[in-house]
Amino acid sequence: MTYQEKKSITALISTVLIFAAYCLYMYTQYPEEGLGLEEGFRYWGSFVLILMVVSIVAHIVISIIFNIIFRMTTGEKEPAFADELDKLIELKAHRNSFFLFILGFLLAMGSLVTDQPLTVMFVILIASGFLSDVTGSITKLYHYRRGV
Amino acid sequence: MGKNLVGNHIRKLRFNHNEMTQQQLADKVGVTRQTIVALEKGNYSPSLELAFRIAHAFGLPLEEVFFYGDDTSH
Repeated sequence: MTYQEKKSITALISTVLIFAAYCLYMYTQYPEEGLGLEEGFRYWGSFVLILMVVSIVAHIVISIIFNIIFRMTTGEKEPAFADELDKLIELKAHRNSFFLFILGFLLAMGSLVTDQPLTVMFVILIASGFLSDVTGSITKLYHYRRGV
Repeated sequence: MGKNLVGNHIRKLRFNHNEMTQQQLADKVGVTRQTIVALEKGNYSPSLELAFRIAHAFGLPLEEVFFYGDDTSH
């Protein structure tokens, strides 16, 4: 298995674990009696912002640890640059990722139109963000294994 | 994902050039080893620029390294 394939799998697993752990933590913070409109906006706003910060920091740390383990186990250095194949796969991953997020965004807007609670809209938005991230990693893994 | 119609003789040419490794060829043409692996497996059709760089690395014209469809000349 090549560096890029291993990296895609690591990214996929870490995305799922970070999101699951964060959601479990935030679920315990959600008040049982529910939230008012203002508190609701504040709760979901902080949910998204903190998730982004936690996710970025965790991915950087995991990427550094991955590179160290890769060097130790294989004796090879990780590629220092992205060539035309990497860029092409990156573009395809972004395309699929954005497509899924836009679908989620439209679904979230649809939930507002159909008078669903605010929570439903935010849950759909956050879930589509997570799924688009997962889709990007799966697309990369697929193209690195099967070709472009 | 279907196989690409652009084939190549890179693997054979590497061995004919002092058993050049994939990494050595990758360094010569400015790509990662992964891309050379994908090319040899037929999983990727290179850009015209990369195809020319690979042909130059072997000192051969483009058509002696790459072919379209089934190759009957080798």
